[in-house]
Amino acid sequence: MHRIRSIGMLALTVALVAAACSSGNSGSDLESVAQGCEVDQVDGDLSLYNWSEYIDPDLVQKFRDTYGVDVVETFYESNEAMLAQVEAGGATYDLIVPSDYMVDIMRQEGLLVKLNKDAIPNLANLDPKFTGLPFDPDGEYSAPYQWGTTGIGFSYDVVDDAADLTWGLIFDPEMSAPLTGRISLLDDEREVFAAALKYLGYSVNTTDQAQLDEATALLKAAKDRVATFTSDSFEDLLVSGEVDLAHGWNGDFFAAFDEADAWEDYGYGIPKEGGVAWVDNMAIPTTAEAVCTAHTFINFIFDAANGAQLSEWNYYASPNAKANELIDPEILSDPAVYPTPETFEKLEFLADLGDFATNYADAFTEVKS
Amino acid sequence: MNVPTHAAASRTTDRALSVHGVAVFLFLYVPILLLVVFSFSGASNLSVWGGWSLRWYQKMFSNDPLLRSMRNSVVVAVVSTGISTVLGTAAALALERYRRWLGKRTFDALLYLPVIIPDVTMGVMLLMWFTTISWPLSLTTIILSHIAFNISFVAIVVRARLANLDPSLEEAAADLYADRWQAFRRVTLPLIMPGIVGGALLALTLSLDDVVITSLVQGPGSTTLPVFVFGLIKRQVTPEINAVSTVMLLASMVLVFGSLAFQRDTKAEPSPEAP
Repeated sequence: MHRIRSIGMLALTVALVAAACSSGNSGSDLESVAQGCEVDQVDGDLSLYNWSEYIDPDLVQKFRDTYGVDVVETFYESNEAMLAQVEAGGATYDLIVPSDYMVDIMRQEGLLVKLNKDAIPNLANLDPKFTGLPFDPDGEYSAPYQWGTTGIGFSYDVVDDAADLTWGLIFDPEMSAPLTGRISLLDDEREVFAAALKYLGYSVNTTDQAQLDEATALLKAAKDRVATFTSDSFEDLLVSGEVDLAHGWNGDFFAAFDEADAWEDYGYGIPKEGGVAWVDNMAIPTTAEAVCTAHTFINFIFDAANGAQLSEWNYYASPNAKANELIDPEILSDPAVYPTPETFEKLEFLADLGDFATNYADAFTEVKS
Repeated sequence: MNVPTHAAASRTTDRALSVHGVAVFLFLYVPILLLVVFSFSGASNLSVWGGWSLRWYQKMFSNDPLLRSMRNSVVVAVVSTGISTVLGTAAALALERYRRWLGKRTFDALLYLPVIIPDVTMGVMLLMWFTTISWPLSLTTIILSHIAFNISFVAIVVRARLANLDPSLEEAAADLYADRWQAFRRVTLPLIMPGIVGGALLALTLSLDDVVITSLVQGPGSTTLPVFVFGLIKRQVTPEINAVSTVMLLASMVLVFGSLAFQRDTKAEPSPEAP
């Protein structure tokens, strides 16, 4: 979830300075503790740092009852606030649930403890599609929690069926002419370029300047038809009828459709050229104390029945292949939650591009100016 | 001839003003009323009426993390308001009553800083401070942080009241052999009470409202209600939020009416013989 990124960026920058000054809590001690953890071992109460209502309270209670430890839940409202707290290291958090890009940042900053996979046998249930993710290529530091997609929310007035969706509705001059001024794009350089690059048939993680230039030209030509760039209110703009086509994240659309009771009028889908997938992950930060309990908790979530219960409770897709066999078929057959295998093939995860990221930022500035 | 025209004009103005007044009240209170009404709706979404039901209140009272965050918010708001009101009033008195003391101007300028600097900066500063002195983050650090920004707001409001206070009133008290404490207790304090109550209410509101600073200085298990609500962006918002807001609204109304009644009492006290 990237929405509060801009507010958080300032906090992040300042916090980085703070981290440079504070005594670096190295994860190596914790890593040796982790290597000693055994399956189902608990070494204290679990301090869980998560998004609000992102876990079924019954699951938390089940964990308490099964392992005889307490779970203290704390909630954060942005990845950046969580990062600042972990970097400062003033509070004990044993398990966090960062988004994909945040795993990359925290991993590179040395803020995550390497997982001991011997203590998490249920990781075998992980769908192989979720291994080798670009933000943690060897899966050493994180275990996927829930996932979703970036696509197009649309009004049935302009698109009849989600299967007809194409990025051409935004980028093809002829096709999108009737939608002039009725389109919103995310205010996020990587997501916007991902859409253009997918339309052109390139990878969303391209570092080829020629491909990026081509996408820039495409976006500049399409800009006149775009009403606004927003990452906060795209779902509201769609539901309130300000735009007919909105680029955004699936969970936000579902919430808005539900809120407005407008499932009949609006739909969500991934264009046939493909789109971006995002994953939230469980990870153990360097602020952890009960490292073994945290491993046991990850193992607990990766249990097939528990994973299914989680998805049925919060309506996000599970990366747990065994859990998917148990999930309510109604959720499982909803292509907006679970893209079909063909669609999934065309999804890409955003990777950290290192120094090339500034080329995207520059190109996005050029597009918006 | 002039008089009736004038009266007519002022009647038109009066009417326009009263219409405007009503419009403002509608604008302010209709959304709140809707929120309250919809908290009793049985439907699963915010804007569709689903018949009268206490479903969301039931759900709210069985949602442990939510209840804990409400309790945290109330504790933080009450404690931080109490302490910052005392400290803020003292600061206002020091700045306004004592004309010359070392560092007064610096202190004066510094007092405005927490009001001016962005929440994010203040939050990160406090976070750095707590970790530097190895103070574990918890409910206490949230309370301390809220006191830190609330002192300034209370002081500014109380100072405005003090500035309009005629110093001869205190001098008169002294002439009548009141010692300094009596003069303060019997004369100054009652006169600046509206300012103190106003400052306290402002502090309470700011504390109940704060997301940014709290999310940076919270510790395990100490999430407050606003941080919890903002963390809901992962999930859809249900009328449960309406129920929560209604309860909070009720609590703050009790508080406001309580303070109004209190003010009326103190106003009536000095002149009991008045008709």
